[in-house]
Amino acid sequence: MAELDYKIIVGLEIHVQLATRTKMFCGCELVFAGEPNSRVCPVCLGLPGALPVMNKQAVEFAILTASALNCKIAKFTKWDRKSYYYPDLPKNYQISQYDLPVGENGFIEIPLADGQSKKIRIRRVHLEEDAGKNLHSGAFSQVDLNRAGMPLMEIVTEPDMNNPQEVATLAMELQRIVRFLGVSQADMQKGHMRFEPNVNVVIKKDGGEFKTPITEIKNLNSFKALEKGTAFEAKRQLNEFLERGEVMKSGNKKTFGWDDERGVTVLQREKEEAHDYRYFPDPDLVPVTVDEKWLTDIQSGCRELPLAMQKRFITDYSLNDYDAGVLTADKDTAGFFDEAVKAGGEPKRICNFITQTGLKISGEKNCRVSQLGISPQRLAELAKLVAGGTVNATAAAAIFEKMMQDDSEPQKIAESLNLIQKSDEGELAKIVDEILAANQDAVNEVKSDGKKSKKAQGFLMGQVMQRTKGTANPQVVAKIMNERLK
Amino acid sequence: MQILKLTCKNLRDKIAAGEIKSINAVSAVFEQIEKNDAKIGAYISTFKEQSFAKAKEVDEKIAAQKPVGALAGVPIAIKDNMCSTFGATTCGSKILQNFHSPYDATAVEKLLAADAVIVGKTNLDEFAMGSSTENSGIKQTVNPLDYSRVPGGSSGGSAAAVAAEMCFAALGSDTGGSIRQPAGFCGIAGLKPTYGRVSRYGLVAYGSSLDQIGPLTKNVEDCALILNVIAGHDEKDSTSIDEKIAPVQDWLATVNTKPQNFKIAVVPELFKGADSEVVAAVKNAIEFYKKNGAEIIEISMPHFDYAIATYYLIATAEASSNLARYDGVHYGHRSKNANDYIEVYSKSRDEGFGPEVKRRIMLGTYALSSGYYDAYYLKALKARNLIRGDFTAAFAKADYIIMPTSPTTAFKIGEKTNDPLQMYLSDIYTIAVNLAGVPAISVPCGNDNNLPIGLQIIAPAFEEAKLLQIARLFEISRP
Ligand SMILES: [Zn+2]
Repeated sequence: MAELDYKIIVGLEIHVQLATRTKMFCGCELVFAGEPNSRVCPVCLGLPGALPVMNKQAVEFAILTASALNCKIAKFTKWDRKSYYYPDLPKNYQISQYDLPVGENGFIEIPLADGQSKKIRIRRVHLEEDAGKNLHSGAFSQVDLNRAGMPLMEIVTEPDMNNPQEVATLAMELQRIVRFLGVSQADMQKGHMRFEPNVNVVIKKDGGEFKTPITEIKNLNSFKALEKGTAFEAKRQLNEFLERGEVMKSGNKKTFGWDDERGVTVLQREKEEAHDYRYFPDPDLVPVTVDEKWLTDIQSGCRELPLAMQKRFITDYSLNDYDAGVLTADKDTAGFFDEAVKAGGEPKRICNFITQTGLKISGEKNCRVSQLGISPQRLAELAKLVAGGTVNATAAAAIFEKMMQDDSEPQKIAESLNLIQKSDEGELAKIVDEILAANQDAVNEVKSDGKKSKKAQGFLMGQVMQRTKGTANPQVVAKIMNERLK
Repeated sequence: MQILKLTCKNLRDKIAAGEIKSINAVSAVFEQIEKNDAKIGAYISTFKEQSFAKAKEVDEKIAAQKPVGALAGVPIAIKDNMCSTFGATTCGSKILQNFHSPYDATAVEKLLAADAVIVGKTNLDEFAMGSSTENSGIKQTVNPLDYSRVPGGSSGGSAAAVAAEMCFAALGSDTGGSIRQPAGFCGIAGLKPTYGRVSRYGLVAYGSSLDQIGPLTKNVEDCALILNVIAGHDEKDSTSIDEKIAPVQDWLATVNTKPQNFKIAVVPELFKGADSEVVAAVKNAIEFYKKNGAEIIEISMPHFDYAIATYYLIATAEASSNLARYDGVHYGHRSKNANDYIEVYSKSRDEGFGPEVKRRIMLGTYALSSGYYDAYYLKALKARNLIRGDFTAAFAKADYIIMPTSPTTAFKIGEKTNDPLQMYLSDIYTIAVNLAGVPAISVPCGNDNNLPIGLQIIAPAFEEAKLLQIARLFEISRP
């Protein structure tokens, strides 16, 4: 068979749970898990007489995200009821946004494997409330409404992706963006991001162009499932076309689920029922007017996106791709790094402080790097001490930790901790000689220039450091040692 | 002295002054209920023990000269579509007959905070859908002035309870006339405030963009007193009025101020549909105002005729969605005959809802369906704007609009139950007011064969003070 000329077409719907303090339309705090039906109130239970009240923070998060995705932001938006009956939906309608989403007509830039990037158009960004969960056990079903009313942001792309890797890359880039913006924890394990790709294939054959029917894969919640599901579905459609000549007809699209264990898509609904959601404006909520000032305030929270920032760190600060990626995983860290560099800190050294010490401690403390008690300016001072040879890297880590509680100048802290680097050759030579004299075996090992020579040299250096409590200038010590051990 | 003859305000003042004990007022009310309510059927539930306890508490506070609320010790009834943590909240429906709310409606909270004694919850047309209280799925309420006639609706139980002196005031809700029309039929005062003046939180929704809680009382002064207690922005209701736009006022303090230099608009073409005795009584009232300094102008409201059609699309569309939650899954009636979850829905709803509610759910569902939305719901929204425009134009020329509350006096029980359209027409004068969201009041203005006639006065949005003043003027000095 000749090589088949075909193109995969994928559009993606992504649901992102926002990291707001409370649910979308009530005061229940957003807490993961908990006893079933313990995180609820009259509003999210849909009790008679209860009324929704819009969560302003959720709207701001959606506007921020839509802005970051280069969308046109609605000046006027509203809430609509989407009606359907399902036990996990207590009001039997979902409050969503129908014809006036928060944002429309944007794009996202995703990195490709060859170092280039590709623009994927964003059709819309809107907000809605999540449903609860149906739990099935035996002949009975129970409903847990803890999740009901959680704020969801739905992002819909145009069908601009042409292979499963692009789909997964977009999802990952989006995860990075929402985390970077601080609008979602985007924790896949907790179901913070759910994907629904729409897939079909365009085939060129015998001078004609054929389109396979579009199918939707429901509720994928990992990047791997997204990539594998999309790939499987494209292949399945190709086969269906080759075997039975199945092509797109007017009518409703089929819906598939993803069986992760078997690695196959499973038909859920032959033809999506012609659902009539009877959308109409929710009379319990007032429309939202987004004025210029509010929009500016919100958008001041994002001037540069992670991918752009990552590129800038590589070109302007000569960082490698990995370091730049770690620093731009969240906006706080990236901004902190950027400021410290702008305050005169050498980029690679600042990067090491943050990635090797700062992120470790902030992770333990469950806070942001900027909340450790060290300003970017003071971190830059510390970096200068290292660069100028006043302290060495080992000492700097200790000074960093001390600086978290102590507001004094890094230089003062270094002095008080006796960590000022000793670079005086005469003084260090004396110490080196003592160490060499006391460790004749190691000295011989080095001189033998054998397999263990390097290790022995390291040992001797370690001894000097230990004796000087880490304050010896390693370059000076190495120089002296090399002379003695020639 | 007969306690039951007192107005709310008089009773309140006497209790506060220590002249009457709340416990005596509560006793008198319960005696009256026990004597008459078996026949009248105003109450779905009463709270005797709780009421006496509250009365005792208020009496003790007053004896100890501790501060008390604005309705301290006054027996009040609430319509049974307001959520309360005591008793059931049935909404007049079998589907909620055993529903106990875990929270109090804001209006109920405010009554309690004002130290009112809530003696019971009153009957209504199921989910407030009706004009005679005959659609109640729980019981029948009759007009206390003529037991063969309806009390009006949907707040028929509240109107009957006030008229029969089984409470001193009651809360009702008004979506298309449900406070004013029963007040008119029972010969009492009934105020529908501006939309959003009183929080809807905890009011079981019928037509959310139209629903408004208000008082049914013995006189206009009492309307002002109750409004003082229940009005105000509520952060739990996004549609409640922003205090910066129209702050709450002390309406009781200004209700007796005599209005000066005011203009009243009348719409002559609207009198055509009303009984001649009703027209005569309303014209007498207009004459009265003329003598008291009003300038009367004649206007036309060209879109008024579309009000009923518009209302029955918007209210039912909203209702079809608002009532979707009564599905037998989470609370309320669940069918014992369901074999799967679809049947839990269909059978529970079929068994729980009465025919009028089903009719309106079907109508509203149809109006919102794809393919029909533009022709019905969207068009109704446009008509609503035109009707609003009629009111705006009228209020550019006049301070008030006056018309009858209803085209007839209270009709016979069963007279209109087989003809829904005829029933809908009994709200012809009240419905447009809800579509426009403006405040209106009904006060008695005469009788026809011993049945009261209601005078409806309508004012611009937020102008409750002016509205209460002109109604009060008529009440205290009418011929
Ligand atoms: Zn809640």
